[in-house]
Amino acid sequence: MTINGLLQIAFYLTVLLALVKPLGLYIAKVFMRPAGEAPKPEKWIYRICGVNESAEMSSKTYALAAIVFNAAGFCLLFIILSFQTALPLNPDGMGGISWHLAFNTAASFITNTNWQSYGGESTMSYFSQMVGLTVQNFLSAASGMAILIALIRGFARHSVETIGNFWVDMIRSAVYILLPLSLMLALALVWQGMPQTFTPHATAQLVEPTKDDKGSAVTEQMIALGPVASQVAIKQLGTNGGGYFNANSAHPFENPTPLSNFLMMLSLLLIPAALCYTFGVMVGDRRQGWAVLAAMAIVFVFLLGVCAHYEQSATPMLVKAGADIRASDGSSGGNTEGKEVRFGIVNSAIYATATTAASNGSVNAMHDSFTPLGGLVSLWLMQLGEIIFGGVGSGLYGMIVFAIVAVFIAGLMVGRTPEYIRKKIEAHEMKMASLAALIPIMVALIGTAVALIEPSSKASMANPGAHGYGEVLYAFSSAANNNGSAFAGLNANTPFFNISLGLAMLIGRFGCMLPVIAIAGSLAAKKSIPVTSGTMPTHGPIFVALLIAVVLMIGALSFFPALALGPIVEHLMMIQ
Amino acid sequence: MITQIRQGVITLAVFTIITGGIYPLVVTIMAQALFPAQANGSLIVINGTTAGSELIGQSFSGTGHFWSRPSATGPLPYNAAASSGSNLGPLNPDFATKVRERVDAIATTGPANIAVPVDLVTASGSGLDPHISPAAAAYQVPRVARELSLTESAIMKLVANNTERRQFGFLGEPRVNVLKLNLDIDNLNSGHKLEQR
Repeated sequence: MTINGLLQIAFYLTVLLALVKPLGLYIAKVFMRPAGEAPKPEKWIYRICGVNESAEMSSKTYALAAIVFNAAGFCLLFIILSFQTALPLNPDGMGGISWHLAFNTAASFITNTNWQSYGGESTMSYFSQMVGLTVQNFLSAASGMAILIALIRGFARHSVETIGNFWVDMIRSAVYILLPLSLMLALALVWQGMPQTFTPHATAQLVEPTKDDKGSAVTEQMIALGPVASQVAIKQLGTNGGGYFNANSAHPFENPTPLSNFLMMLSLLLIPAALCYTFGVMVGDRRQGWAVLAAMAIVFVFLLGVCAHYEQSATPMLVKAGADIRASDGSSGGNTEGKEVRFGIVNSAIYATATTAASNGSVNAMHDSFTPLGGLVSLWLMQLGEIIFGGVGSGLYGMIVFAIVAVFIAGLMVGRTPEYIRKKIEAHEMKMASLAALIPIMVALIGTAVALIEPSSKASMANPGAHGYGEVLYAFSSAANNNGSAFAGLNANTPFFNISLGLAMLIGRFGCMLPVIAIAGSLAAKKSIPVTSGTMPTHGPIFVALLIAVVLMIGALSFFPALALGPIVEHLMMIQ
Repeated sequence: MITQIRQGVITLAVFTIITGGIYPLVVTIMAQALFPAQANGSLIVINGTTAGSELIGQSFSGTGHFWSRPSATGPLPYNAAASSGSNLGPLNPDFATKVRERVDAIATTGPANIAVPVDLVTASGSGLDPHISPAAAAYQVPRVARELSLTESAIMKLVANNTERRQFGFLGEPRVNVLKLNLDIDNLNSGHKLEQR
C-alpha cells in the first residue's frame, strides 16, 4: 500500500472515532429524555399519530408495534411501485414494475437491506424514489434504532415489565437523529456536485459522436438527473445503501469527488459506531460501549488491510495482458476494473470494507470485479452477521447477542452463571440469542443451496466457474444479513431470485429482531445483580478478545466450506 | 391490536409526508438556491448548447482526442441513462481477452518503452468515469500531438490545466478530466488551423 493510502486510512479512522463520543452522547440524551418533557413540536407529532407518549410497552406490544409498522410500510411501498405509471412525478416516463420486483424491492427497503434487482435511473420514477424509497430509508433505520434502545433498556432497567414505547423511540430516531444529519449531508453532497432537481434528464451534444452496439451513429448523451442528494444522504446515514443510480456510489453524480466519498464513507459507520457509546451511557458504564466498539474496530481494520492489499496487488491476469499495475505518482495502479479513477484503490477498499461491515451495501466500486480475496472480505463481513458496526441499531443489537453468547461460553469454561452488564444470562436469553445468531446463517446457506439446485438460476450468473457460484453465495449472504450489496453481475431480476431473496431478507431481519425484543423483555424483568470480585469484567481486553474470537469462530465455522468452494478456490487458481 | 394498526398507519402517513415530501423539497429548495450549477448536473454549456456534464464522461476513441477509459454500459459506451460496470470476475477468460485486446490496440499508438497504465484498459465501475489517471494522459500525449501536428509541450500544458490534484492534498487520487481536456484541445486546434490559413 502507498504512504498516501495509509494516510487516508488513518485519517478516516481518526475522524470516525473522534465523532463517536459527541454523537453517541447526543443520541443517548435524545432517548433518555422522559416523554413528558418533550418539546412542543414533538408532542404535536404524537397527537397527530394518536400516540400516548407516556404509555410504556411490554416486549410483546413493542414487537407487535414494530411488525405492524413495518407491514404497513411494506404495503404502501408495494402499492407505490406497482402503480408507478399512474402516479405523478414521472417526467421520464418510467414503465411499470413487475409484481415480483415490487415484492422484492418492498421487502428490501423495509428490512434496511436495500438490495436492488433493478437499475434506479432506468426503472424508478422520481415519485417512487422519493415518496416510496426515501421514506423507507428513514423508517427502516429508525425501527432498527428503536429496537436497539429497547434492548439497552433491558440492561439498564430492572424488575419491570416494560421496555419503552416503540412509536416514541422510532419517531425520535427519525426526527432528532436521521433527519438533521441527512439534511446537512445532502447539502454538503450537492456542494460537491450531486444533483438535486425535479427536471427531467438533460441532453448533451456529444463532442465526439459514437456508435451503439448495432453500429448506428449516436450524437446525443441522455444524462439522467433527479432528486439524488436527498436520497443518497439517508442511504448512507441509515445504513440503507440503495442507490439512486444503477452504479450506486460509483456513479459520478452519486459520488462526485474524493470529499463526497469521504463524507459518505464516514456516514456509513458513523451512527453504528456512535451507538456503542450511547449503549455505554445508557447502561451507566461507558467502558462497556468502548469494549464493544473496540472489538468491532479491530476486526474492521484487519479486514480492511486484507482487502486493500489484494486490490493493490491486482491479478496475474492483468499483468499478463500487458497492463501496468504499479502504483506511481500518476496512477493508483492495482486492480482498476470496476473502480473509478478519482477514488483509486485505497478509497475503493475502505468503502467496500465499510459498506459490508455496516449493513449498508452501497458501493463505490464493483465488488464482482474485485480480486478473489478482496471480494472475500466483503462477503465474509456480511456473513459474520452484520455486527462489525452493522446496521443502524441492528448492528449493535446483533453484536450484543454475540456478547451474550461470549459470556455464556466464558461462564461454561469457569463453571459460573454467566452475567452481562449486571444481568444473569439464563436459558431463555441463550435460546433467543442462538436463534438471532443462527437464523441469518441458515437463511444464507439454505438459500444458496436452493438457488444452486434451481435450474433457472444458472442463466443469471454472469461469470463462469467458482465466481458464478460466488455471485449466488454473495446474494443470499447479502439478503439474509440485510446488507444489500451484490456481486452485481448476477441478474437477480427474475421471479425466482426476486421471491427467494425477498423472503431471505424478511426472515433474516425479523428472525433476528424478534428474539432480540424477547431478550429485552426478559432482561428488563430481571433483578440487577451487584458487581463482585467474582464477576467477569466485560469491559477489558480479555473480553474484547473473547468477543472477537466468538464472532470469528461462528462466522468461520458456518461459512468456511461455502467460502472454500468460491473465493478461496478462485484465489488458489489465480496464483497457481 | 386495532390501536397498534391505527397508530402504525397514521405514523406511516405522517412520516411519508415529512421524509418523502417535506425533506426532499427542503433539500431541493436549499440546493437550488445555494448551489444551482451542481444541483442541475454541473452541465457544460457552450454557446447555448449543452456539451455534457463535467462529472459525466463521454466516449472518446478518435484521432486528435485523448481517449477515455473503456465503458461497460449498454447499448452504447458512456450511456448516462443506464450506468453500469462490467462485473467481469477477475478470472473470467473474457476479461483477460478484453484487456489484452485493449492493450494491443493502444500499445501501437503509445510510446514504445512504456507499459499501458492499467486504468486505460479496464472499465470503470459506473461506465461513466469522467477521468483518466495522469499516467494514462501522459501516455497519450505523443499520439495526440502527432495527430494534431502540435508540440508535445503545448498538449502537456492543456493536460496540466485539466489535472485535478488530490483534494486538500491527500484525499482521493490525482486525475485528468477527459471531456474538459478534449474541449480545450478542440479549442486550441481550431485556433491553430485558423492561424495556418
